Amino acid sequence: MVGIVLISHSGPLAAEVALLAAQLGGAGVPLAAAGGAEDGGLGTSPDLVAAAIEEVDRGDGVILIPDLGSSVLTARLFEEERVVIADVPFVEGAIAAAVSAGADSPLEAVLAAAEEARTFRKL
Amino acid sequence: MATGFEMDTAFFAAWIEESARSVAAGKERLTDLDAAIGDADHGSNLDRGFTAVVRALAVKEPDTPAALLTVVGTTLIRKVGGASGPLYGTAFREMGRALGDLGDTAEVSPGELCAALEAGLAGVRRLGSAAEGDKTMVDALAPAVRALRRALEEGSEPREAAAAAAAAAREGAEATIPMRARRGRASYLGERSVGHEDPGAASTALILTALHTVAAR
Repeated sequence: MVGIVLISHSGPLAAEVALLAAQLGGAGVPLAAAGGAEDGGLGTSPDLVAAAIEEVDRGDGVILIPDLGSSVLTARLFEEERVVIADVPFVEGAIAAAVSAGADSPLEAVLAAAEEARTFRKL
Repeated sequence: MATGFEMDTAFFAAWIEESARSVAAGKERLTDLDAAIGDADHGSNLDRGFTAVVRALAVKEPDTPAALLTVVGTTLIRKVGGASGPLYGTAFREMGRALGDLGDTAEVSPGELCAALEAGLAGVRRLGSAAEGDKTMVDALAPAVRALRRALEEGSEPREAAAAAAAAAREGAEATIPMRARRGRASYLGERSVGHEDPGAASTALILTALHTVAAR
């Protein structure tokens, strides 16, 4: 199953979105939150991101979903063939990715589902 | 500089120490600049990163300039916390990688330093997707690297070339004042980002000035 890592400036924000996405995506989805700096303040910690990637990696690839600024830059440091960044809205992208990953879709399909969330209008 | 033309590991260590000292001394100014258009943590974040770098180098100084710059970059990425961590970290790691690719020798020529800085700049531009004129550190780093290259091609002594690079970085930082930000938090301010020096360009000017300070010793 594809793993998902939510990377935010804010620890609580990443944790809450991870919780929401897990509830909507199903309990089996490997999801981890990597929010906030090492000391718990605002920012991003590459060590937390590295640990989160390791935690959710089941061998089928990992999708990183960053929110803004340093989260995006930190995520980019981890990009490789099986670790990809979804350039998507944080909440909508996380939920779409979690639902798709929960249906055991391959990495490309999970990424596509997340990216579809970008064009989804609320009204 | 040992011979006046070669830069050894101790030279790079001295550059980093001088950068750390300048960042510590300029911490409040950087944070004030960041308070105007950013989230008011650039000075404290960068100071935390460079303090960690100095501590890491004190434990065990790497054997080569390439290894040293890689430690600097990796430590900045891990310890800064804000957007400047990945950016400066990538700049120093790319410099280390470029010097390593040249053979990872214990001494670096001015031309090799310039090539390494060019690699660092390319890394920053790639990571941040920023171009000159976006009101970022690229607006100080790019002209500095160009000035260094030009001075060396014109046959300047290394310290004169470093002086030209430092001056170009400071001018580049000042030139960000009238710019409208197109990257980062400041970009959301639109026209209100105009009239403030970019904090990342300002810290880049400090680091290039530190290079000149050490080269002129």
